[in-house]
Amino acid sequence: MSFVDSILSSLSSLEMNYTLLLLIAVTIPGLIIFLLMTVNAIVAVYMERKISAFMQDRLGPMEVGIFGFKGGKRFWGGIGQTIADAIKLLAKEDIIPKDADKFMMILAPFIIFIASFITFVGVPLSQDFLISNFNIGILYILAMSSVGVIGIILAGWSSNNKWSLYGAMRAASQIISYEIPIAITLLLPVIISGGLDVHTIVDWQLQNRWLILHSPFTFIAFFIFFVSGIAETNRTPFDIPEAESELVAGWMTEYSGFRWSLFFLSEYTNMLIISLVASFVFLGGWGSPLTIINLLPGDYMYLDGPILGFFWLLLKAIALIFIMMWFRWTFPRLRVDQLMYLCWKVFIPFAIFNMLAVGVWEVLF
Amino acid sequence: MSKENLIDKSSINTDDMILNMGPQHPSTHGVLRLKIHTDGEVVSKIEPIIGYLHRCFEKHSENLPYEQIVPFTDRCDYLSSMHMSHAYSIAVEKMMDIEIPERVEYIRVIVSELQRIASHAFFIGVFGLDVGAITPFTWVFRDRERIIDLFETLTGARLLYNYVWPGGVSHDLPEKFITRTIEFLDYFEPQLIEVDELLTTNKIFIERTADIGVLDKDIAINYGVTGPALRASGVDFDLRKNEPYSIYDKLDFDVPVGRGEMGTVGDSWDRYIVRFLEIKESIKIIRQCFKSIPEGDVHAALPKKVRPRKGSTYSRFESSRGELGYYIISDGKNVPTRLKMRSPAFSNLSVLPYLSEGWMISDVITILGSLDIVLGEIDR
Repeated sequence: MSFVDSILSSLSSLEMNYTLLLLIAVTIPGLIIFLLMTVNAIVAVYMERKISAFMQDRLGPMEVGIFGFKGGKRFWGGIGQTIADAIKLLAKEDIIPKDADKFMMILAPFIIFIASFITFVGVPLSQDFLISNFNIGILYILAMSSVGVIGIILAGWSSNNKWSLYGAMRAASQIISYEIPIAITLLLPVIISGGLDVHTIVDWQLQNRWLILHSPFTFIAFFIFFVSGIAETNRTPFDIPEAESELVAGWMTEYSGFRWSLFFLSEYTNMLIISLVASFVFLGGWGSPLTIINLLPGDYMYLDGPILGFFWLLLKAIALIFIMMWFRWTFPRLRVDQLMYLCWKVFIPFAIFNMLAVGVWEVLF
Repeated sequence: MSKENLIDKSSINTDDMILNMGPQHPSTHGVLRLKIHTDGEVVSKIEPIIGYLHRCFEKHSENLPYEQIVPFTDRCDYLSSMHMSHAYSIAVEKMMDIEIPERVEYIRVIVSELQRIASHAFFIGVFGLDVGAITPFTWVFRDRERIIDLFETLTGARLLYNYVWPGGVSHDLPEKFITRTIEFLDYFEPQLIEVDELLTTNKIFIERTADIGVLDKDIAINYGVTGPALRASGVDFDLRKNEPYSIYDKLDFDVPVGRGEMGTVGDSWDRYIVRFLEIKESIKIIRQCFKSIPEGDVHAALPKKVRPRKGSTYSRFESSRGELGYYIISDGKNVPTRLKMRSPAFSNLSVLPYLSEGWMISDVITILGSLDIVLGEIDR
């Protein structure tokens, strides 16, 4: 039962025009996704700032407070900083260069935003909170997450700036390359659980064991998936498209204000999507981590359930986001050819070998 | 008509793309402009364009009394101002045959080596930033801050000190300076290990720097590359050893030389590690100086009037970037007739077009960062 279905069924008792009903059933989840994306961006940016600050022996934002949470020398100091930043971004002047392709330049951020927006439709947040339940869930997520590249190329080309062009070309080649190992490693859970559906994969894990612990090959697969996911979201050590010290801001160079904040929003959404997918495909989804030990007497003690499931899934995702941030503030950046080497000569062969090995493993054990 | 002839190939222009890097760019270390001819990501030719920070230092000096040039020298290499004024003072003293009190020499060496630590620490942070590692940058800046605090207690200024004067230094060491410096060194040495673990042996860092921009011994010498960049190429040349000035001949320290541990001798990783090891040597020198620093008056040899005899002189000094030279022609007046500064970073930058040919844009940033240039000194 997906979220859209439950809205439709609960509203069907009312005598309503079917088109109107459908419109309501689509708008409400859309608003919820948008809210989620915004909240995620605000929380994740605050988290990133604080984590980087603690790693670098700084304090991070300390002054801006909100709703009675005053700043000052407290742990949560500066909690209103990202909200203030968001307001600043929305109120900023919108600059479009004179020689830029105006239509394309306006269009590009929306394509990127829509790509991460509609990917979210297929990503579950708990067993009962899935916007729309496809029987091809994983395939849908894979397909929709690659739409964003079009927007990136458009943004880079239409800006009429050489730095943007470099950034866009780097981003496009990087994202297209790293989709292959992601796709191949996402086939493993499909082979093992026997379905593309999100529910099939998670239910298999809940009945048997988490996929990351299932066999050595799935562990490698998780590693490949996660690292490729970091590359897909353009984060350090793979932040080559927007390498600060080389291209300054890459394909986002000419953007400002609201359009830039859309890029920002979709970047953090992609991070969340990759973490959520990694959690529900490899880390047992909404299952409680306590099920790993499998020693507790009663079922109720595993703390499973629709609401706690949401909590567990989000916890796993946030842990993975934390690891991504940890990487960012620890590692230097790879060069563009080293990045391609890593993808085509290391990850893809390993992923293909992994897939074969998992097939053999499944037959033998 | 065959299919190929339908397309007029002469009309297809396959020029290199010219990319302007700078003068406003985070990784050009100041206002350097690089005109990069690129074929895709690969750099085919590179032209550094300098002069955006030209302040007529040498021409100014011709109209200033010798004492008043000191603050101007500070502003050339703003990351190692102590070296600039120290080198200038040595040149003037050479022309006037001034005998410097022992204590002054010790103080000068101590501040010079502290400055070298500060400058090299700055390099490590910024070089890490160039290859994408952000955290070491904040760590070394935190520690460099403490050196700057020490200088503040010593001179009252944080960046441009006007401390070393021809014939002496402006102030004697303040109270507790020695204990505070020793405290700092005790604190700093373990911090270095932390940076070392984060950067030096990091696999990605090695991938990005080893074998990149290999500078051969002969080419380095031909281009006039000096300082850590030259030593990284395997040439054991340090003016503190080879042509000792001040009291360096009494001190015991090693000259780190690039050995190509991670790649070829003279690559960017070597240029990094040489500076890293030099910090340790500087710490060693400062500790030795504190053991044997004599008492005395630091103002004893300050001349009433700086009026060198007729003639010219050239002094050499090992600054944190290389051989820093001052060539001064005197007419016997209280202003120099001509003052020429041999800027180490200028010669080091001149090798960049040779080094970065055929590498990628990211490598240009790495190579430029590893040469450790300061534009204030190049443009003067």
